[in-house]
Amino acid sequence: MVATNRMKPMNGPRRIRLPEHTVEIVSDAGEGAQKAATAFAQLCAKTGNGLWTVEIIPSEIRPPPHTTGSASGNRIRFAERSRVTNAGNRANVVLAFNEMALLSRLQADSLADDVLVLIDDQWATHEMEQYQRSYCEVLDRFRAGPAKIIELPLEKETLRHVEDAQRGKNMFAVGLLCALYSKDPTVLDEVIPGIFKDKSQEVIEVALKLAAAGYQYGMAHFEERFEVLPSPSDVPKVAMNGNTALALGAISAGFELCSMYPITPATSASHALSDIFEDFGGFVHQAEDEIAAIGVALGASYAGKTALTITSGPGMALKTEFQGLAVMTETPLVIVDVQRGGPSTGLPTKIEQSDLLHALYGAPGDAPKVVLAPSTIEECYYILSVARKIAEELRMLVIVLSDANLATGQQLFDRPDISKTPPRPPLDLSPVSAGTLPYDWDPTTGLSQRLIPGQPGGMGVTTSLNHDRDGKACYDSERNQRGHAMRSRKLATLQQSLKPPTVYGGPEGDLLLVGWGSTRGAIEEAVDMARAEGLAVSSVHIQFLSPLPPGLKSIFGRFRRAITVELNYSDDWNDPLITEENRRYGQLAWLLRAATLMDIDCFAKVLGRPYMPVEILGEIKRVLHIQRDLAAAPASARAANEGVS
Amino acid sequence: MISMLAEESLLEVCAIETHSLADYEAETPRWCKGCGDHGVLAALQRVLRKNNLDPENVVSVSGIGCSSRLPHYLKTYGFHGIHGRALPIATGVRLARPKLPVIAIMGDGDCFSIGGNHWLHAIRYNINAVVLVLDNEVYALTKMQASPTTPDGWKTNTTPKGTYLHPLNPLSAVMGMTNVSFVAQTATWLPAHLDETIDKAWDHHGLSFVRILQRCPVFMPKAFGEGGLNFPVVFLENEHGIPIHPLLRKRGAVQSHDHRDINDAQRVAVTVDPAPMGLVYQNPDVPAYEEIRWQRKDRPDHQTFLQRLETEMDRYTVT
Repeated sequence: MVATNRMKPMNGPRRIRLPEHTVEIVSDAGEGAQKAATAFAQLCAKTGNGLWTVEIIPSEIRPPPHTTGSASGNRIRFAERSRVTNAGNRANVVLAFNEMALLSRLQADSLADDVLVLIDDQWATHEMEQYQRSYCEVLDRFRAGPAKIIELPLEKETLRHVEDAQRGKNMFAVGLLCALYSKDPTVLDEVIPGIFKDKSQEVIEVALKLAAAGYQYGMAHFEERFEVLPSPSDVPKVAMNGNTALALGAISAGFELCSMYPITPATSASHALSDIFEDFGGFVHQAEDEIAAIGVALGASYAGKTALTITSGPGMALKTEFQGLAVMTETPLVIVDVQRGGPSTGLPTKIEQSDLLHALYGAPGDAPKVVLAPSTIEECYYILSVARKIAEELRMLVIVLSDANLATGQQLFDRPDISKTPPRPPLDLSPVSAGTLPYDWDPTTGLSQRLIPGQPGGMGVTTSLNHDRDGKACYDSERNQRGHAMRSRKLATLQQSLKPPTVYGGPEGDLLLVGWGSTRGAIEEAVDMARAEGLAVSSVHIQFLSPLPPGLKSIFGRFRRAITVELNYSDDWNDPLITEENRRYGQLAWLLRAATLMDIDCFAKVLGRPYMPVEILGEIKRVLHIQRDLAAAPASARAANEGVS
Repeated sequence: MISMLAEESLLEVCAIETHSLADYEAETPRWCKGCGDHGVLAALQRVLRKNNLDPENVVSVSGIGCSSRLPHYLKTYGFHGIHGRALPIATGVRLARPKLPVIAIMGDGDCFSIGGNHWLHAIRYNINAVVLVLDNEVYALTKMQASPTTPDGWKTNTTPKGTYLHPLNPLSAVMGMTNVSFVAQTATWLPAHLDETIDKAWDHHGLSFVRILQRCPVFMPKAFGEGGLNFPVVFLENEHGIPIHPLLRKRGAVQSHDHRDINDAQRVAVTVDPAPMGLVYQNPDVPAYEEIRWQRKDRPDHQTFLQRLETEMDRYTVT
């Protein structure tokens, strides 16, 4: 279409340079704030900023509009540095399509006190009095503090270009942010067609026109602008969410079958895989239920092609009997659990780390298995290769615990080196001598050769019953004990090959934070902040939850106290009735207390969102303050509360 | 040299040709005396020998229950899984290795009750597998509880005053499923008919669902008219159906039946007295799910694989 649609950089108002910023874009569900955020995130990435994004998702597809429950959008944290490891602290800027979406972010305690609010001004004069009233009320709450408000004719300006503002405000918003952050608007010419790649050329042209209009409006009306400079990088970077990283990682790991059943927030991994898997010689099987999903994966693994199943908490619960079968038959299998809030349906779209103990102990009987947790989106790409290798070499079930934060957030990371992807090994159907035992356990390691159908000489039954080396069912104590010992021994074998985790910060000090999964970035940032204030705080992050890595006791012993930081439930010491005897700890704390016999405390909450580094810093200070008080307290009280020394 | 080669190839041919029943025999079955499971095992071994299959290239999959012990006694690759879940495992084997013939063996509780969801969906997937349900109308391994097919009013340990519901009719259930492609019914007290039915099921392309009636001699000795002695059946006759041996004609009436006509088949499937015996329905043209999936997937060489992964990664590359 006409050249005026195209973006042109302009000389605008003065710029304020910032090392980083966090912006939230929120609208009613269906108004496209998520698309706007995707476009803005790509604009930041393409202009050289590191970033981390978090989706703000309602649980319904079309909740009642103009309510806090309808707020949908995204948080984007972007920085001069190329590596951003978490969603950051309270947002510096919020762009809201209506005051209820804005209010929802205030209620979520997601906005900085001095936040810059950009909001559509149509509600001030809207025909519905109720909207006028709530608009004033909500904005008054901001006006009471140091927040700055810019009211914008978002809808009105959009209507100059399209008939239906619902389909267009979001692109106008992208243009506004492009101006606000002094970004090069010509980059949007690349970004926007990509976002609307399934739409007609006409839609793309209108989107570009609206973005250009938003940009021009911003340049003409903002009194000041921000600038977050790029960091030059020689290494190409990719930006994707954790579920896409899992999908690409599954392909790179050589999987040929992913068997799944739809469940939030795991399903988008299977969407990403379904789009392309057939081009790579694989396919996604959508089974009739969660149980069949793991059953099909197990059948494929038994037939020699180690398969993958992807689910979330409620699906994990349904899969537990099959998990026991995989363990008992020593069939290699990989399960990805993208954790969400529980119990039961819980918080389907929100993060929690509450499936750790279920992953470890959910299956009936003693069922030793490997449990891993990626701590960054980048790790989501690599972890399935590790999981598959362990599953096959140890003939074990490997559970990968991702979470909703990794699943839907986007991170910028170094483009993986594809050339290092090993070829899929062909099936080895070479004959084995008659009488080859299907469980020829090495008595030291518990390892044995995996026989697969088609190998002459290896015929025999694989059974869910207790069995001995010959695979045949048996019921006596001795052989039951041996089978258990051999399956358990494999965990010890794996543990021997692991390295102690690296301590972040200093090797010793007053406080050690222990984390697992997606909380890593926020914990390490909190450690940086604490150390900058002179506090002797470090952290350690555990990727292998089963088996635990070696050296933990020695690491913990070098700190006066150790606490886990995790997104699951624990009783608060100050809650009614809670005592030392009945307090329930966070799940990693529970595990570490059992494994080390050390008094490891926890900072474990079910916020339904990631921790902000400042919240963790607050906990650090609270704990260290307690400790200072204790130094002056009587020796008996100190002994009762002393940490891990 | 040539003579050696000839000898080797002769040996190979002999090896192929000499599969005997013993080649398919594993440990001695531990089923009760008089249990129909013995007859099904023998019939399966005969069909494998008839088709001259290498034991290593056959997979039998089962759930939990008396009949599900069958893979222990059949010398092929066997997978004795968990209650109700034989069909997902069988589907997984077929999806991963579509050249391996698969036999799934289940009991009535296993397939129709705890595995009901998988049963109906497997019919719709129409994986290429022989699916045998050994139906003794009772849970036997757990010591006599009512199963979905336990007859009206029969007393079991969970229904001491008699069952409350009419028994489930598995034939009419599967005949209502989309993509049904093979449905047959037979009984272990009719060994020649059983052999012919399993043979026919083996030759079918798609999911062959066979319900095999068999008495539990311990917990339900009086079932099926004391094991067929006094059990009304009607044999379905068709020149392409399951042959009815002359001796069988004395055991029940014979009714001409077009197993290619789904309406006829559905009508026959809802009758329970006399019980229809033979091929109820067959449609060899329903595509098998695993074949659809394999046809649609590419099989790139490693270089192409890497190039495609690079292209995917390009989509997410920002700088």
